[in-house]
Amino acid sequence: MGDPRTIRVVVATDCGSTTTKAILIEEQEGVFRQTHRGEAPTTVEAPFADVTIGVINAVTELQELSGRRLVDDEGRIIRPARMENGRPIGCDIYISTSSAGGGLQMMVAGVVREMTAASAKRAALGAGAIVMDTIASNDRRRPHEQIQRIRELRPDMILVSGGTDGGDMKKVVEIAELIAPARPQPRFGGKYELPVIFAGNRDAASAVRDALAVPGIALSVVDNLRPTLEQENLGPARDRIHDVFLEHVMAHAPGYDRLMAWTDAPIMPTPGAVGDILQTIARRRGINAVGVDIGGATTDVFSVFSHEGAPVFNRTVSANLGMSYSISNVCAEAGLDAIMRWVHLPMDDRELRNRVKNKMIRPTTIPQTVEALVFEQAVAREALRLAYQQHKEFATTLSGVQQQRTVGDTFSQSSGGRTIVDSMALDLLVASGGVLSHAPRPAQTALMLIDSFEPEGFTTLAKDSIFMMPHLGVLASVHERAAMEVFERDCLVHLGTCIAPRGEGREGKPCLSCRIEPVAGANGAADDGSGAAFSGEIPWGELRRIPLAEGQEASARVEPVRGVDVGAGPGKPVERRVRGGAAGIVIDTRGRPLRLPEERSARCAAVARWMKEIGAID
Amino acid sequence: MATAYTPGLKVAARTRHRVRRMLPIAGEVLVGQGAVVAARDVIARAAMPGDLTPMNVASLLGAQPADVPEFMLRREGERVELNEVIARTRGIFGMFKAECRAKASGTIESISAATGQVIIRGPSLPVEVRAYLAGKVVEPIPEEGVVIEADVALVQGIFGIGGEAFGTIRLACARPDEPLQEELLRPEMAGQIVVGGGRVGVQALRKAREIGVAAVVSGGLDDSDLREFLGYDLGVAITGSEQVGLTLVITEGFGEIAMAERTYRLLRSLEGHEASANGATQIRAGVMRPEVIVPLPSGSDGRGAPPESSGAGLLEIGTPVRIVRDPHFGLIGRVSALPEQPYVLGSGSKARVLEVRFDSGEAVVVPRANVELIEE
Repeated sequence: MGDPRTIRVVVATDCGSTTTKAILIEEQEGVFRQTHRGEAPTTVEAPFADVTIGVINAVTELQELSGRRLVDDEGRIIRPARMENGRPIGCDIYISTSSAGGGLQMMVAGVVREMTAASAKRAALGAGAIVMDTIASNDRRRPHEQIQRIRELRPDMILVSGGTDGGDMKKVVEIAELIAPARPQPRFGGKYELPVIFAGNRDAASAVRDALAVPGIALSVVDNLRPTLEQENLGPARDRIHDVFLEHVMAHAPGYDRLMAWTDAPIMPTPGAVGDILQTIARRRGINAVGVDIGGATTDVFSVFSHEGAPVFNRTVSANLGMSYSISNVCAEAGLDAIMRWVHLPMDDRELRNRVKNKMIRPTTIPQTVEALVFEQAVAREALRLAYQQHKEFATTLSGVQQQRTVGDTFSQSSGGRTIVDSMALDLLVASGGVLSHAPRPAQTALMLIDSFEPEGFTTLAKDSIFMMPHLGVLASVHERAAMEVFERDCLVHLGTCIAPRGEGREGKPCLSCRIEPVAGANGAADDGSGAAFSGEIPWGELRRIPLAEGQEASARVEPVRGVDVGAGPGKPVERRVRGGAAGIVIDTRGRPLRLPEERSARCAAVARWMKEIGAID
Repeated sequence: MATAYTPGLKVAARTRHRVRRMLPIAGEVLVGQGAVVAARDVIARAAMPGDLTPMNVASLLGAQPADVPEFMLRREGERVELNEVIARTRGIFGMFKAECRAKASGTIESISAATGQVIIRGPSLPVEVRAYLAGKVVEPIPEEGVVIEADVALVQGIFGIGGEAFGTIRLACARPDEPLQEELLRPEMAGQIVVGGGRVGVQALRKAREIGVAAVVSGGLDDSDLREFLGYDLGVAITGSEQVGLTLVITEGFGEIAMAERTYRLLRSLEGHEASANGATQIRAGVMRPEVIVPLPSGSDGRGAPPESSGAGLLEIGTPVRIVRDPHFGLIGRVSALPEQPYVLGSGSKARVLEVRFDSGEAVVVPRANVELIEE
């Protein structure tokens, strides 16, 4: 990899399960911009069985669109970037992420479910894995049931943790003794040695080595991810997961040996890269951020919240919350009533249930009518709400890297710890995934986010325009400035800012007064009059939209009534700069937690009124 | 370019079909290259390592883990019977000896001095793989399985439940849009693959199970009936392992919908033939659809049927299609226009569309993503 100072042109690909997406990033007048994008079907499966074919096809599309020759006659990506015969060719670096072939699938194990097993799960999820199951000594399954489960799974690798350094060895060795005879079958067939990473009590390492010294298992030992009860140290385990992913898992996927030789930085699992860019943004801007990616089968939630002065990163994957393959499961988990509360149009129950199943069995169909769209967006609200709820339950105290705690805290955490996800402290909420990024109106995306995440205080809402965050995650590891510049200018499409007080009040009673004044020429944007000044009182129970275009900023002063908090404490005013977007400034006084009218016709009327106000429907 | 590709389900009167039949673990393949097999024949067999029973012998004896190997009366690899004494402490002056009895029959897999844990492996479990497709073995894969090939009539469904089933094809409905009602099911349909028409309800499914029908094939199904029949709400379309007493193959989708005329006609022409059916459905990477397969004698010209196509076809003016999403779900027509430019749908989304004209002469515009090709 070259000196970052010499990098001017970057090609990045993300090899997804179905599509390989390529982007071209170029330095223009001292600033990095994403200039072109191309895509092609992923070619991991038969008849091609070589991921690089899809990569070259996607990069060839970039080449055609940009006029810059990027692929040579031997089908390789040209480097470095230069002029040849008066025409630009090549790129300075090529980087990639991958989630093809079902991504990285792991099983994790620990001694105590809420302690070491939870830490192991955090390490695996943070590395971008799908956690198929978590085995723990106290998971209420009997040992033979645990063995049966291990035998049924076909993980790419297993992470074993357990015990603090110098503590009890017996339980963690017992876990290793269960894994050895279970002989789990790896996904890639008989000749593949199943990688097992041990990140538990260092004193138990040699006994674990003895227990796992059986054919078919490749053991590696790293530092304990929970060296003491009060400390989590996920870095070494996470790094080892990435190494094993490259050395074992990727190396067995068709064409990846070639792809790995092409890239100038290690290939990362797609969600791992998304997590990295979110952390980079949060760190550089000093903000708390949440990212969500809702797909057909799963919903990923990423968060970075400052806790005791340090940013703490968490990621969760809600495996069966999605908009096509898993849509039926969203309905089963949330219940049709919960979904229907977001629908203002009359619909027939039996027909809806059949529609949901038809979407499940024909996942690529798209809503044609307003009714179908309203229903899908209602399902999305519930999928997002459930995924965020799961995330909040998972992202608790004693998470992240190297946190110090008192032993007293540790005991109080034994029941799972407190969530560190604080909706009032959230500054930026970024959405991606078809139902959010392809909604016909940006206001629909904004309202889906507000209804399901229920942000409090001041929250900037944005969407990832073309799911570029994975590419930028890898780029950040090579050239952080370039990644940040592209993120700010091309990746995010700002939807606007949500201002919402915490707590509840009776509809129509005074809630807050507010003054919004657009700042002329903010961010270089001309004041084109698309942002209107506003000053007035807003009672409880409203959703009010104040237009402020993308690229514009405004100064907002919000004064809540006594006892109501908008970020500075009960009754205290807040003055802040806010960003505009397609949905403008949205003042949401519907209350937190958000409750909809019980009675059906009142609820339908309220939902329709909110949708109209924000511009989600006419 | 007024064409596009769209996926469709395979419905073929004659096609050359291959199935790969594999053991879950290495074992013995019982048939060789060129062998002619029947659907129910066992073609490979393996012994799955037995279940494991861990026992914490140290705590059962009240001893230190390090002492467990010494107290064991049986060594690794030795056979033990249920309740047999497998470990005994020395006691005090030969008295007060503690004993530990085996919790399962099997062989000792491991004895750990680190944890005091002893693992007993139970007897191995036989696993057999049937041919499923009556045909010829074209590729034996040593220790793993075989590839079988045959000329078949093939009907792929859209969704199913239950695993592999075998039987004779028997028609229950007189028309493709006739709902499969319970009174159409008769006792002599036991062990057969019963072909309905339109929607099948839970009462008919229960009756079919009661009679002992091997498989039911019909056009549509209500989600509420599926839930009632399964006893739970199906969240994700990964099926095949349900133990509900029969195999179900739905050819069109959920709701009040008739079986495609062509599918119905094909199945009707095969009445009385032996067939294999499988309800297993998987709609994620590596899509798997339920199917009914009827082996046919090889073609008279000796060359047999053409190999199976990928199921993806060319969409052009005149191509017959089925609309697979509301508001026109289930309707069949022909492509009458393929506009190039994206079109703004009623939902407000922009998408590439096509125009479908029905037999009635009425035409509708639908997203290209919402049609399925019907092969003629």
